[in-house]
Amino acid sequence: MLEFLMSPAVYSFVRGPLVWIAFLVFIVGSAYRIYVMISTVKKEKLVLPYMSLRYSIRSILHWVIPFGSVNWRRHPVITIVTFLFHICLVFTPIFLLSHNILWHESWGISWWTLPESLADIMTLIVIFSCVFFFFRRIIASEVRFVTYPSDFLILAIAFLPFLTGFLAYHQWLLPHEAMVNLHILFGAIMLIAVPFSRIIHMIFGWFTRAYTGSEFGMVRHVRDY
Amino acid sequence: MALAVKQKEKAWGKVLDAGLDETIKKLTPEKIEQVIKKALEKMGPGRLKTMVETCIHCGLCSEACHTYLSNDRDPTFAPVAKVKQTMWPILKNKGRVSPEFIRRAAEIAYTECNLCKRCSMYCPFGIDMAYIILSVRRICHLLGVTPLYLQDTAHSHAVTMNQMWVKQDDWIDTLQWQEEETRGEIKNPIIPINKEGADIMYSVIGPEPKFQAHLMGQAAVIMNVAGIDWTYPSFDGWDNSDMAMYSGDHEIMGRVKRAHFEAAMKLKVKKIVMGECGHAFRSIYDVGNRWLGLRMPPVPVIHAIQFYYELLREGRIKIKKKFDKPVTLHDPCNVIRGRGLHEMARYVTNALCEDFREMNPNKEYNFCCNAGGGVINCGPPWTKKRVISNRVKAEQMKATGAPIVITPCHNCHSGIEDVIKYYKLGMHTKFFSQIIVEVMEIPEKFKL
Ligand code: HEM
Ligand code: HEM
Ligand code: SF4
Ligand code: SF4
Repeated sequence: MLEFLMSPAVYSFVRGPLVWIAFLVFIVGSAYRIYVMISTVKKEKLVLPYMSLRYSIRSILHWVIPFGSVNWRRHPVITIVTFLFHICLVFTPIFLLSHNILWHESWGISWWTLPESLADIMTLIVIFSCVFFFFRRIIASEVRFVTYPSDFLILAIAFLPFLTGFLAYHQWLLPHEAMVNLHILFGAIMLIAVPFSRIIHMIFGWFTRAYTGSEFGMVRHVRDY
Repeated sequence: MALAVKQKEKAWGKVLDAGLDETIKKLTPEKIEQVIKKALEKMGPGRLKTMVETCIHCGLCSEACHTYLSNDRDPTFAPVAKVKQTMWPILKNKGRVSPEFIRRAAEIAYTECNLCKRCSMYCPFGIDMAYIILSVRRICHLLGVTPLYLQDTAHSHAVTMNQMWVKQDDWIDTLQWQEEETRGEIKNPIIPINKEGADIMYSVIGPEPKFQAHLMGQAAVIMNVAGIDWTYPSFDGWDNSDMAMYSGDHEIMGRVKRAHFEAAMKLKVKKIVMGECGHAFRSIYDVGNRWLGLRMPPVPVIHAIQFYYELLREGRIKIKKKFDKPVTLHDPCNVIRGRGLHEMARYVTNALCEDFREMNPNKEYNFCCNAGGGVINCGPPWTKKRVISNRVKAEQMKATGAPIVITPCHNCHSGIEDVIKYYKLGMHTKFFSQIIVEVMEIPEKFKL
């Protein structure tokens, strides 16, 4: 098994076609989801006339700023964890030196990168946030009641690329080649999962927020944050 | 096939409601599937599906809900839990659910959620739970599973165009009777009927002529003293209430709203002023108008809070001596979170009362009365559950130490009175109009 994982054949598959597939599914799939969502909502006729750019932005700003909404202020621990988690989750892979080297090799593009020690800490933040969310799901009764196995799966999908990336970087546990291959596999799974799972919240969340912000701001004349 | 979630024994026991218990006997999973599929197709499931798929099951909406807080944080009362027990399985099974599931879904949708939208302000994605739960009600309505009392009001709307089976002669009679009553308060009052081209058509909810006609008398005193050019229609459309909106009967809702707007148009009035009712405002400003394809009401409509605010600001009614008992103010969801009238309500309260004490939280963050959303209209079988599920409101009111709660909404008024009784708070609810009539100056020409 381990030998297979380390084999150059696997490496050339995950480093080649899999990466392409992953990015393609992620981008095309997400675009398709947005397209279907907007066109079905358009048919309802009751949504778009109530959208307001000003109140969409007002609402989104209050919710993307830590402690910018009443509910963020009510839950300081969750707020801190979730903001750190999401910031690290989104920005670490984009500004990671290793990733930049890879797409520089493949596509000839690269940009500013994070110092490696900082990236390492950000990776750890994601890992520990996942552990936090895992226990919160088990311990907090209101979360446990609405938890399905798929919620743990989503958590695992977020967790594994960071864990394996971290272990690969430090060359712990498994031989480096095996861990890198595993990492790429899990990274690809995460990208592929976006359009097919509730990770779609990373895209739809902006729209639902904008809609509620518009209704509350323009029609109801009140705050929604 | 999804099964109903097992319920723990609750303080109110198992509630029997023939509207739910008997009607599900006629259902089969096949019938249910057929109805739901068609309903979802007609509704256009865009918003619904987007919201359900975006929800990350984080539970951050829980503490927004008074039913969750009041039932000792019972997780089945969290907003997301209500969706979990209703819409998630419906969508997941593409409508193929058991009759027992529908019974439980109806109980949740009609008696555990007031559609108050407080949770939308607490969900990081702003997921509109009220819309989802209203969609569940739509499905229950199409399946014929609705609480008996609520259904009775919807039937009344269908037959008489008002909520309380008031016949036209009764209505006209009530107007004339109230005009007479008002003669005991001020000199030469009139209650104009069908006055074409008046500035204002004043509209009330069905229960006013039925049980609370004195409120119409008080409105007449205010209108006469303020010198308002106003009128009532003698014909259908005088009732602004709308329980069909809450039972899920959009077709009847549409007819009722149309009659209301058309009454104003027939009378060629400049605007409609509606009495102190919240759900009526929601039905003309948010839900009913949209069903009719109107972005906004076709005739300007203002709520009593705004009307009184304008009267007081413009000095059309003057205050003789402010109300001297301490008061607190309940912010009705449908006109505060629904229309942002909270500052005006405070202006009016301060203009009328000496000692105003805020509840906490307040304004658009206020807790619902747990009567709204048609919950109180589900009738006596559900009263105990309704008051137990709003302990937070009782605590919130008690903390103000005020003996009077101003409730500028009919549902809130009755619902909060029930809460006060159950928790023995020794308080009383009042409408703004009742306080206005008590404290306003009667000009010479109206003095008896
Ligand atoms: C699918 C394509 C991907 C490829 C080809 C890829 C490749 C790599 C490689 C080669 C490394 C360096 C390992 C080392 O230093 O030895 C790495 C590290 C890392 N990757 Fe990826 N990765 C991919 C996707 C992802 C995704 C989707 C995420 C997270 C959302 C992610 C997060 C990370 C992190 C956090 C590290 C560094 C850990 C650390 O420095 O502590 N990767 N990746
Ligand atoms: C930039 C886009 C994103 C935004 C705005 C966003 C926003 C949110 C918000 C507001 C929450 C709820 C608060 C909480 O429970 O912490 C949440 C939860 C979560 N997000 Fe994201 N997210 C984004 C991207 C992602 C991505 C790419 C993943 C990857 C898997 C992800 C995974 C999760 C998980 C697992 C939770 C639930 C935590 C729990 O178990 O309670 N998010 N997200
Ligand atoms: S009662 Fe209000 S806060 Fe509770 S679930 Fe319904 S809309 Fe949300
Ligand atoms: S806060 Fe929003 S995303 Fe979280 S469980 Fe409630 S509805 Fe779902």
